[in-house]
Amino acid sequence: MKTDIILAGVGGQGILSIAAVIGSAALTKNLNIKQSEVHGMSQRGGEVYSHLRISDQTIASDLIPLGGADLIIAVEPLESLRYLTYLKPEAWLIANSKSFINITNYPDEEKIFEEIRRYKNHILIDAEDIAKKIKTARSSNMVMVGAAAPFMNLTVEELENGIRSIFESKGEEIVSINIESFRKGRDFSLTNR
Amino acid sequence: MQKLLLLGDEAIAQAAIDAGLSGVYAYPGTPSTEITEYIQNNKIAEQRGIHSEWSTNEKTAMESALGMSYAGKRTMVCMKHVGLNVAADTFMNAAITGANGGLLMVVADDPSMHSSQNEQDSRYFADFALIPVFEPSNQQEAYDMIYSGFSFSEKYQTPVMIRITTRMAHSRAAVATKPMIEQNQISLPGDLRQFVLLPSIARRNYKQLISKQDIFEDASEISTFNSYFEGSDKSIGIIACGIAFNYFAENFEVGEIPYSYVKVAQYPIPKKLIQQLYASCDKILILEEGYPLIEKFIKGFHSDPKIIGRLDGTLPRDGELNPNLVGKALGKKLITQETVSTFVVQRPPALCPGCGHIDVFNALNEVLAAYSPGRVFSDIGCYTLAALPPLNAINSCVDMGASITMAKGASDAGLQPAVAFIGDSTFTHSGMTGLLDCVYEKTPITIIISDNATTGMTGGQSSHAENRLFQICEGLGVEKEHIRTFNPLKKNHAEAVQIIKEELEYHGVSVIIPQRECVRTLERTHKAK
Repeated sequence: MKTDIILAGVGGQGILSIAAVIGSAALTKNLNIKQSEVHGMSQRGGEVYSHLRISDQTIASDLIPLGGADLIIAVEPLESLRYLTYLKPEAWLIANSKSFINITNYPDEEKIFEEIRRYKNHILIDAEDIAKKIKTARSSNMVMVGAAAPFMNLTVEELENGIRSIFESKGEEIVSINIESFRKGRDFSLTNR
Repeated sequence: MQKLLLLGDEAIAQAAIDAGLSGVYAYPGTPSTEITEYIQNNKIAEQRGIHSEWSTNEKTAMESALGMSYAGKRTMVCMKHVGLNVAADTFMNAAITGANGGLLMVVADDPSMHSSQNEQDSRYFADFALIPVFEPSNQQEAYDMIYSGFSFSEKYQTPVMIRITTRMAHSRAAVATKPMIEQNQISLPGDLRQFVLLPSIARRNYKQLISKQDIFEDASEISTFNSYFEGSDKSIGIIACGIAFNYFAENFEVGEIPYSYVKVAQYPIPKKLIQQLYASCDKILILEEGYPLIEKFIKGFHSDPKIIGRLDGTLPRDGELNPNLVGKALGKKLITQETVSTFVVQRPPALCPGCGHIDVFNALNEVLAAYSPGRVFSDIGCYTLAALPPLNAINSCVDMGASITMAKGASDAGLQPAVAFIGDSTFTHSGMTGLLDCVYEKTPITIIISDNATTGMTGGQSSHAENRLFQICEGLGVEKEHIRTFNPLKKNHAEAVQIIKEELEYHGVSVIIPQRECVRTLERTHKAK
């Protein structure tokens, strides 16, 4: 069993919270993990990504090879397209439709959505809208974890425990908001896949 | 035994704490910063009284570490690769003094220059200084090397380099920890003149260092970190160093590598292991993250055609390796179906919205519009991003502190006005001496120290300037009336323009200090409340 995930976003969007939740879920199953992160200059509003690898066998490389990823989880639509060459055939592309525009030459959004839809196995979800309906935009990353949940070798319970362990220091209310966000994201994928 | 999910940097920090560290010394620099931060935030490190405060620069850090080693305690100094240039004087000479308490020098290289101005390979520095290097291939090895590295350093009385690269520093994996070791007691060197590098003593020490080279090499040959694997396919043998080994292994199912290989993670180069591989394989592919160091040694003057790697184009000459580049070198076909559309434009990093540097540059650009372009010498920090649109405001970024001294040289050449743009932390790191040069000669120069009260680019570490910039500049001899301050806010734009204009017209040393806290650290303080 092996799942290779590319997380993508813009510096400051907190993609590492997604990695932390999935990583924590995988750890409780005693799986091997390697998670490569981007620190430094790109964190100032540049493109950032993380390679998250989970396996029941030894993981050699910290980086996922091109054509090797099972899943891209992107918290920003333009960023979802940047790493397509990493995808395996039949892999899934999970993209948040809420754009983060901090460059003057940001492409036409419709063109981006069209390109995402062109890819057969995709989920295009407005995570921010779903999160706001629950409480605030802050939990949109957990909506994204939920949207990706049907495509990972981890159960709902394992992932919810992951959320619990990452957020429990912030209190029960924050935990339940994030778990609800996760569930809504998952429901979206189950009905729109 | 406990298992923790740690970044390579954190594994190094945890191992040092567990191995009886008494002090870490460092200046922040990507990708090495998280080592020191981990120790600063670690409760046990605090209980044990482990020194972890930031140093002014890498040189002061390394000197302090050498002092702690002199006193017999275990110490570690951490920096990014270009930080080693700053500390090079100490580094080279510490090899001659030797160590007393275990002394580990962790250097984090940044191949592909993710956050750096070059991709120099620190293994060359270690070869230059004649000291051993450990280069971990995974997080567990990083932990184990640090844990055993202190006693290695003490046993051979030598500083040891731990060389990592960006992907090792910033990748997380589970790490099994070892029992906590007590810190050393103070114990001075048996020879109290060991660290006195008078020529007569230095000559003796240097001979000793040379005589240790065979011992270091023997240690590499039998090191458990280095290994030889006998494969069935002899058409090609592989030498894989550090993290490059992982990219090699990634190309095969677990336990199914057909080729013979030598994994190198401890230097000096284990010659015998490599000779054995060379003798038994038709070709030798060398995988190194960074420069082709081993490749150059083995290929030699005669350009041995049996050796392939970065020098003959089998692999790119520059940039970091990855599983695909290594796979291609092994003759594997790349399978990807997708392509990235051309409209997916780059998203370069930028100054944060609301950042004070932006207001300073807006004022500076306005004033400089009256002069011919190309007068702003800048430095290493967030403000380097002003080289990009829309600000397009700077003309140089070379090394820590070079803004002031390059502007001085240009001013000496007749380019006046000449402007230096530097941050508060970079100024105390390496800018103060350059300012003294300007004061000494009354050089016509305008120095802007954009003070955001932090070391911003690396994530907001404390800055040694600590609101003392005015006094520091005054103390160095800048005339009080030409040290100007303002608060870089939109509403103060006219004042900023006026100040910059006046000082550009002054034929002498001016220092302008715009002061406003970094928006990121401010946000963090608010959140904490």
